[in-house]
Amino acid sequence: MKWWKYLTIVLLLYTVVMGFLGHVPRLAILNETERNLYFHVPMWFGMTIILLASVINSIRYLRNPSARLDTLAHESAKTGILLGVLGLLTGSLWARYTWGTWWTTDVKLNGAAVTMLIYAAYLVLRGSVSDEQQRARLSAIYNIFAFSAAIPLLFIMPRLAEASLHPGMGGNPGFSKYDLDSGMRLVFYPAVIGWTLLGVWITEVACRFAFVKEKIYEKQEKQLA
Amino acid sequence: MSLPAEIWHLLLKDLRLEWRQRTALAGLLLYVGGTVYVSYLSFTARGGLPPAPAWNALFWIILLFAALGAAGRGLAQEPAGLRLYYYTVARPEAVILAKIFYNALLLLALAGPGLLLYTLLLGNPVQNMPLFAANVALGAVSLASSLTLVAGIAARAGQAGGGTLLAVLGLPVLVPVLLIVIKISKNALDGLPWDVSQGPVLTLVALNFIVGAVSYVLFPFLWRS
Repeated sequence: MKWWKYLTIVLLLYTVVMGFLGHVPRLAILNETERNLYFHVPMWFGMTIILLASVINSIRYLRNPSARLDTLAHESAKTGILLGVLGLLTGSLWARYTWGTWWTTDVKLNGAAVTMLIYAAYLVLRGSVSDEQQRARLSAIYNIFAFSAAIPLLFIMPRLAEASLHPGMGGNPGFSKYDLDSGMRLVFYPAVIGWTLLGVWITEVACRFAFVKEKIYEKQEKQLA
Repeated sequence: MSLPAEIWHLLLKDLRLEWRQRTALAGLLLYVGGTVYVSYLSFTARGGLPPAPAWNALFWIILLFAALGAAGRGLAQEPAGLRLYYYTVARPEAVILAKIFYNALLLLALAGPGLLLYTLLLGNPVQNMPLFAANVALGAVSLASSLTLVAGIAARAGQAGGGTLLAVLGLPVLVPVLLIVIKISKNALDGLPWDVSQGPVLTLVALNFIVGAVSYVLFPFLWRS
């Protein structure tokens, strides 16, 4: 196992232990739900980073097509969806206890929903093309196109919006960097790195699995021929 | 030939073809007219006209599906041989820009009569009509520009998805556009002053430029397949 995998385990253990047992400031309404900062917010950070990796691999694919880059883009997108779904679930749970509802029509929530829809559509597109090269090229084009259409939604629109229930108005769309308790930072930043590394790890395993499957198919085809 | 000249000739060619085969345009117009009439019948079944928010939402949903129907015809209908011919006489950038302009004109031709019929049958609660009309025009252009490349991808993905694939791929990309457009038309309905709508209008124009630029860069890759 590589060193960063040990780091992932240590960071996530630290996040979970300190996240549930560590000290958090006493705040009205938020109460203990603010511990979600260690789970929900880093998951979105991780998702953004992994989806960015997916788009970069798609761009690399268009510049220099290879099956490897296509697999990297595909598996990164799938991990991104996983982290996004986890982010939605943790966020929804948090909203239930602080806002009293599972879902509202907030700018940031809309952005999150659209991102999930885009990558679900990406998977549908991949599923509906049978030719491998065609599938790789089309999905790379769609990935880049949809990502560029979603960026304004995730990063620019929340900053322009006049009103949003979601924490972190007038700055980072996820949380407010000015009122973050410095004790919480000690857990939050390791959590961001930990969840992102977990995403990278999942992607790596999924990619290796895909490569092995491809090799087995090739062998079977040779035997048949 | 220079790029603007190529775009101009391709656009003229598309418009001429559309004019020679008027059935297609008439079909789309009939679709819009039919939907408006059915909505009129459904609302009057209970007596009275729809409230302003429903009026607004219904109008944009009709226009959205008209856009999906219109975009499905543009790039999808051309046979492979014809594509090969274009490849020899024009550069891909000119083809995609001409298609975007053509789709925008087509959608404007649908939205104009559609709005007229809609206000005739379902009443006109709009307080700031110039802003609303301008917003419809801007919205039609935005829908067209976001859908053109996606329609190209869906057309290449083949028959597996058929018409649904375009909707699946297009809707997530269109949600940001629709959110902004509906916000501006709500402002127009309520007769709010122009400076309230200025921000969203500029965002929409900026989004159009992003989508147009990304289509311009990506279409050559789609074209090659």
